This record gives sequence, structure tokens and C-alpha cells, in this order.
Amino acid sequence: MSDQEYIPKSKFGKWFNDRLPLLSLASHLTDYPTPKNLNYWWTFGGILTFCLITQIVTGLTLAMHYIAHADMAFESVEHIMRDVNYGWLIRYIHANGASMFFLAVYIHIFRSLFYGSYKSPREIIWILGIIIYLLMMAAAFMGYVLPWGQMSFWGATVITNLFSAIPLVGEGIVEWLWGGYSVDNPTLTRFFTLHYLIPFLILGLVVLHIWALHVPGNNNPVGIDIKKPSKDTVPFHPYIVIKDGFALLMFMIVFAFFVFYTPNILGHADNYIEANPLVTPAHIVPEWYLLPFYAILRSVPDKLLGVIAMLSAILILAALPWLDTSKIRSAVFRPLYKQFYWILVADVLILGYVGAMPAEGLYLLIARVATAYYFLHFLVVLPVLGFKEKTLPVPLSITEPVLGGSPNLVMAKSKESMKQ
Amino acid sequence: MKFFFLKLLSLTVLFISLSFNSNSAEKVEYLKTDWSFKGLFGKFDRGALQRGYQVYTEVCSSCHSMKYVSYRNLAEKGGPEFTEEQAKAIAASFEVTDGPNDDGEMFTRPGKLSDKFVMPYENVKAAQAANGGAYPPDMSVLVKARGGGVNYIYSLLQGYEDPPTGIDLDEGVYYNKYMYGNKIKMANQLSDGLVEYADGTKATVEQMSKDVTTFLMWTAEPHLESRHQMGFKAIVYLIILTILVYFSMKRIWSRIETEV
Repeated sequence: MSDQEYIPKSKFGKWFNDRLPLLSLASHLTDYPTPKNLNYWWTFGGILTFCLITQIVTGLTLAMHYIAHADMAFESVEHIMRDVNYGWLIRYIHANGASMFFLAVYIHIFRSLFYGSYKSPREIIWILGIIIYLLMMAAAFMGYVLPWGQMSFWGATVITNLFSAIPLVGEGIVEWLWGGYSVDNPTLTRFFTLHYLIPFLILGLVVLHIWALHVPGNNNPVGIDIKKPSKDTVPFHPYIVIKDGFALLMFMIVFAFFVFYTPNILGHADNYIEANPLVTPAHIVPEWYLLPFYAILRSVPDKLLGVIAMLSAILILAALPWLDTSKIRSAVFRPLYKQFYWILVADVLILGYVGAMPAEGLYLLIARVATAYYFLHFLVVLPVLGFKEKTLPVPLSITEPVLGGSPNLVMAKSKESMKQ
Repeated sequence: MKFFFLKLLSLTVLFISLSFNSNSAEKVEYLKTDWSFKGLFGKFDRGALQRGYQVYTEVCSSCHSMKYVSYRNLAEKGGPEFTEEQAKAIAASFEVTDGPNDDGEMFTRPGKLSDKFVMPYENVKAAQAANGGAYPPDMSVLVKARGGGVNYIYSLLQGYEDPPTGIDLDEGVYYNKYMYGNKIKMANQLSDGLVEYADGTKATVEQMSKDVTTFLMWTAEPHLESRHQMGFKAIVYLIILTILVYFSMKRIWSRIETEV
């Protein structure tokens, strides 16, 4: 992992480092050569690390006061909100933190899509990222069940029932997941256990994700391979650390605004009604970050095919490095891909919107068209584009935009926006 | 960079508007009033909270429980802020079932500060039996449990009307223009002069609705005031820190020719 030999100055340091090379690791992390043209879209990796740590720390604190029992969960959450010192603060950070986590992860994923960060030699980083994203969705879904409100209960019922679409064994699997014949106390306790476990799995995968990143090094807005270390790179510390820190603070201001001034806006009012198996809410909707997939699920008339479509929509991302046949990474030099990229962004936002609406009439039609386009983008547009597209000339290095005098668009752009 | 954060902001705004849309499928214009607790420095109006408590106790509490609120909360900072003596007297005016005692029997005693608000019915079934099958919801977090929040509750209390021609109502069902589906099992409870406010405020239906809704906002968010105060401090602190870090960043990056 470390490319250059690091020799500690002190005698004890050397003794220790020979036995456990923690100092070498620290030196690798601080000196890690990073492309100097990374823009602010690259700061979300650090922001996501912050989000994960925040969720784990607040989550541990909440777990000290929460009671995972169907008769007491709702009450224990109210106890946290009212009687635990700063319990309201910790819970609101945790609840809004989930939304902020997903906001950041979506930006992180779409940054990767724009600049082709998933392409060779970074396929493993990308696939690890997709697994992390899947685990995040599982953790978020189970976390939403824990307060045992109406939306918790009915959301859990709807989502677990999806497994009943599996032929032959479906019903059995659902009962196995529930630990009974409906969503009840056994379901709650196992969801709590898994909700506690998954963040640590994510943490482990994040370590692998970063490790895999440090082998080829960061991609960059120009999307070219760079020599490291060279005029094109800066050491991670202090240059990237301070820039990530600045972006993180901006992010925290938005975060704080949600926590302190509109803490419930991203949740659903029905979740402040205690779970009642006898009363079904008028509209059962998942949290906003799952809506695009919910729209895909509902756009298919057949239950099993709907579940398959929804899962494929996520898993297709794992195949992306091989579906995208273009050798050029950055969309900056791919005029056609750039347009399709923005169409995809709009498509996913539309899916999210119709996911929140009742699945009928015009909404259903829009959902079907948007679903079809989503798959079309990955299965047809990307493979074909690699062969058909006339890409712009790519510079040889970040510092010297040579080759046909092609200007370094991203650099120029970021300079402009700084001056404003 | 400005451009970047503009994009980020517009994305955020989009998501918020999405979640707004998802919550307000049915479109009714709720009545509006200026709530003292909205905004960056929003605080509860102490008078409104104390009057609202009076409306709750004298009117609502005969059917609606409030099981997560304790009498001690009435004297706490950021709430109605009754004096401790007043709160003790309020608690003592209720009969609380306690026990079992050493003889194994339940007994009643006057309420203490540590007691939760006494419930009007023994259990949900008893509440339903007494109210024609409809359960009067617990009011502790009611304003957070309804899509329209305080404006919805405020409107509902004033939304009773004679049903339009063509709508037949069953026995024990009432017409309310803000209720989902317009049919509600709670009769109109408020009428002008129903309670007599100690501070001399005129007890109009509008006034009582506003007072009791303010009180319900407090029971749902008892720490709202400290949340607003802490939020302002936290955000100002973050902004100052962000500015300092921004200039440090400029300084550090000036060592190399690239701009950040």
C-alpha cells in the first residue's frame, strides 16, 4: 500500500513501526498524492465518512435509551425526545442524518457517473461502493421501522411482503423474516439487531473502498491518468484536508438547518401515530431516498417482475464498468454522453417524484416511461455511445493542456466560479 | 464555487418540495394565524400556553388523553412556566390510581409533579365504547402526527359547518370542512365564552383554538425553544468557522499556482 519507505525519526518510533507500521500508514495517508484539479464534487467522500461516523455515534447513544419492544418502542422514543438530556438533539441528528447521508451518497454516485470514476482500473472501488449503498438502504429501512409508528409498521409490512413474490418459497421466506405470521415484536427485535450491525459492516467496507482507491489513486475532472507524485498532484495533507474540511462545514450548515429548524420535514406525519395493525394509512410511502426505486417497483403490473425490476435497477449499476464501452472517462470530453447524463439525472428525479404520488393515471404512465428509459440508458445508450460518439481531444496532463490546444474546461470553469 | 453550491441548494429545495407534495395529497387551504413559535427565534407565548392548558383541561381532556406529558413539565422552562406551587396544585387536583399497596390493593391519592397526565379512560376500548366506536387520539404528539400540523388543528377546531345539501350524516357524525373526507366523529366543542380566562382575555372560538393549538405544539415539542436558541448559536458558529477555514484554505493553496 505505501509506495515509499518511511523511516520514523525517533528510536521508539522506529521500534514500534517495525512491529506495527502505523506510522508508515499515517505517512502514506498524509502524503497521498492527489490530483490538484479535484473540484468540490470530490469532497463528498469525506462528507460521507463524517455522515457514517455521526450516525454511528448518535445511534449508539440512542440505543442506550431505546427499548426494542412492540409495546414500548414508541414510548421509549418519546422518552428520548422529552426526558433524556439533549435526547431530542441526538434523535433529530440521527433521523435527519440518514437523509443527509443519502443526499451526499447520491451526489457522490452521480459525480462518479459524470467523470467516469467507475472505469478501469477503479471497478472494485465502484462495486464496493454499490454494496455500501445497498447496505445503507437496508440500514435506513430498518432504522425507520424502529420508532414503531404507523409508517414504520406499514412500510415494514409492504417491503417484507415483496419477498412473497418469489415462487414456491416466497410465503415461507416472509414468515421467516417476520418471525411470525405478521410484522410484530420478533420482527422489531431482529430489525434492531440488524440495524445495529449493518453500520459496522459499512465501516469495514468503507475501509476497503478507501484502500482500493489508494491503489490507482483518485480519478479527476479531466479523467486522465496522471503521474504520481508530479506537478499534477498535491499531498493529501494539508491541501485536500482543508478543502474537504471547508466543504464539510458548508454541508454541516445545511444539516444544522434541518436539525434545528425543520427536523420533521423529511419524515412522514403518520410516524408520530403509534403502530396499529388494524388501521392502514391512506398512503404508504417510503422515505424520499427510496422513492425512485419504489416508482420502478410499482410501474410493473406483475409483482414478481416488479421486484426483479427494482433490484435490477440497483444491481445494473454494478455492471456499469462493462456496460460503458467508452475509453474516455470524463463527460467533459464526451459531448453526447454529457447530454444523456443530464437526461438520466432528470429521469431519476422524475422517478422520485412519481414514487411519492399515487400509482394511477398519468403518474403511472410517467413512471413506466421513466423506468423504461432508466434501463435503456444503461443497456443501450451507454454500450452504443462508446462506439458511435466522437469525443473531444483529451489533454496529456492536468497542468499542460496540450493536444490540439484543447482547453481544460473544468479548470477554466472552476477558476471562473471562484472569481465570482 | 458559487455555482456549485447554487446547484446543491436547488437540489435540496427540489427534494424538500417533493416531500411537501407527498404529504399534501388533498388540497385544502387551512386557516392561518401568526404563530409565535415559528421562525429562527420562535418562542412560545407563555399566556397562550397557560390559556391553552386551561382549554385542554376543561374541554379536550374529558375525552383526549395526553399520556407522555407529566405535571412537572408544566413548571419547566420553555413551557407554560407555571410556578412550582401552581404545578403542584394542578397535579393535586387530580385523583391518581396508585398501588398495589402492602395489602395488595390499588388506592387513589392526589397527583404529584412526577405523575403523567391522568387519562380520561382506562384503555382504548373504554374510550371507543364511550365515543361511538371512535378513539379520541392521544394529544401528546398530535400536531406532529397530522400533515397540516398546527394550521390543520387550528382550522379543524373552527371548521364545523352545516353539511352541504346532498350529504347525509349518520348519527354521531359531524361535518367539518377541514377534516379528511369532511366527516368527523367529534362534535363541535368550542363556543364563544366556553371557558373563563383568568387573565381576562376574551374567550372567542378563534382565541381558544389558537391557545389550545399552541399548547399542543408545546406538548409535541417541549424543547422547541431551546432547539431554536441552540440552532441559532450552532449555525452562527458554523458560519464563522467556515469563513475562517475558507481563508486558511486560500492561504494554503496559494503555495501552489492552482486556485481552489
